[in-house]
Amino acid sequence: MLGYIVRRIIATIPVVTVVAILAFLLLRLTGGDPAAIIAGDSATTQQVAEIRMKLGLERPLVEQFVIWIGRIARGDFGESFFFKKTVAELIRDRLEPTAALAVCTMLLAVSIAVPLGVVAAVWRGTWIDRLVMGCCVLGFSVPVFVIGYALIYLFAIELAWLPVQGYQRISEGFGGFLERLMLPSVTLAVIYIALIARITRTSVLEVMGADHVRTARAKGLGAITILMRHVLRNAAVPIVTVIGLGVALLIGGVVVTESVYGIPGLGRLTVDAVLARDYPTVQAIILLFSLIYVMINLFVDLTYTFLDPRIRY
Amino acid sequence: MKSAFNRSVLAGAVILAVIFLIGLSAPFLGTRDPSEIDPISRNKRPGAVRILTGADGHQHSTTYWMGTDSLGRDIYSRVLYGARVSMLIGISVALISIAAGLVIGLLAGYIRWLDGFVMRIMDGLMAVPAILLAIALVSLSAAGLRAVILAIVIPEVPRVVRLVRSVVLSIREEPYVEAAVALGARTVPLIVRHVLPNAVAPLIVQATYVCASAIVIEAILSFLGVGIPPQTPTWGNIMAEGRSLFRVFPHNILFPGIFLAATVLAVNIMGDGLRDSLDPRLRNRL
Repeated sequence: MLGYIVRRIIATIPVVTVVAILAFLLLRLTGGDPAAIIAGDSATTQQVAEIRMKLGLERPLVEQFVIWIGRIARGDFGESFFFKKTVAELIRDRLEPTAALAVCTMLLAVSIAVPLGVVAAVWRGTWIDRLVMGCCVLGFSVPVFVIGYALIYLFAIELAWLPVQGYQRISEGFGGFLERLMLPSVTLAVIYIALIARITRTSVLEVMGADHVRTARAKGLGAITILMRHVLRNAAVPIVTVIGLGVALLIGGVVVTESVYGIPGLGRLTVDAVLARDYPTVQAIILLFSLIYVMINLFVDLTYTFLDPRIRY
Repeated sequence: MKSAFNRSVLAGAVILAVIFLIGLSAPFLGTRDPSEIDPISRNKRPGAVRILTGADGHQHSTTYWMGTDSLGRDIYSRVLYGARVSMLIGISVALISIAAGLVIGLLAGYIRWLDGFVMRIMDGLMAVPAILLAIALVSLSAAGLRAVILAIVIPEVPRVVRLVRSVVLSIREEPYVEAAVALGARTVPLIVRHVLPNAVAPLIVQATYVCASAIVIEAILSFLGVGIPPQTPTWGNIMAEGRSLFRVFPHNILFPGIFLAATVLAVNIMGDGLRDSLDPRLRNRL
């Protein structure tokens, strides 16, 4: 088992390396002088020269990459000339809203989607199943910002139950924090729910047809016990996998949702940085989000060993 | 195998055909120039009628079926013309991604020393969430149709490559392929005769999903203001324009939103139907 864990961790190294190379190349692919681009339009010649020195731009590309990655390993993502801050500070300031939104969405999505998928599987072929699956296709198709505006219109403008936009830090009061997070989380959760519910239904259906479930039923076990002990445990691996893979959708959705709801998080920062052509920030965000995605999926793979003891290569 | 044209394929295809025709015949459906700015008729609500009296006393009325935006542009015209961009993006991204993915996937699946290298790059590309990668890529060049298409294609290609490669790898072990190799069949005819036919069904299904996701990503890019230039009528651009006045005039977001959702839904329904009828093995996939 230790061997499996070690091998799985080692397998992430090439992925992370490729992502780092991609992020590094992003700035070189713009076609201009990277130092001038980083310095921005209002920079003096001297500032540009300083940046060129700092990045080691006269040296070969490989060496530049090593210098860059070395800085990042020390937590130095460079400076954002547009926001007049270091990129690390910038990201730290924006982390809380995004983390809160992501965690809230994840909890909401899993707690709705799994029961939904199970219900659809148990009553397969009935109108309940068709309704759930129909909603899943719909949830998968309606773009996140359309859902966002529909929800704002209904709950914030027509009914006026919830605030329209904005974010409140958790330190400024939990009630307001949760109130403002509610609509964005639901918005972002829709596509995630559709994804998880669909796979839950499929894998529960598959396990329900298995021999051991028939045996359990023949033994006279109650439906709930069979479902919890024999079906869900075995159906867990694909469900957990899709929760991990869905994080990519979640990250993409965060960018859009934060723009719709005016939440000052990393997603909003991404768009602002791209609009301002603030490449050091864009690079850092790509690295950060991809790393989070890879780590979550690594974690998911490692939980397999607990969910399904057979997976211990 | 059920008929390839089961109910959901048909339903999706009909909706898509209607939207396609709407886009194609936009100039003949009572539209105006979608970019025409009219300062007098700003922010009209849907159904508003404007009566113009010409110099000769002749009266001429215009109805804004879907209202106007804050520059006085007719939303109805913009939504109809917007269908063109979405269709163009969806179809071209699907075709380019499938073509590129097919070539790279075949090479990776066939040339062993290339496999590891190519797949590591694909894994790396897939580790960057698609929308994030597309946003970063459009920032590289001046925004325009071609840049947007390329920025959406690149995140989609790895998924196609994986699919093609897995087909190649599974076919390569089949006894009839081994037999063909033993009989001295050359690589290219072998691929055309034995590998491609097996890849067609999953690729068609994949193409519909790529198409749906391309339409959504283009709308998102435009909506965020990093996609196709704002004067071009695209559904995302109309919605981006309507954002600031959404509380008062929700129609700017409502109409393009409905069209966008209906289009993506139609593509997805068609994709699910095709998957069920073309390739039952894929049914358990996402």
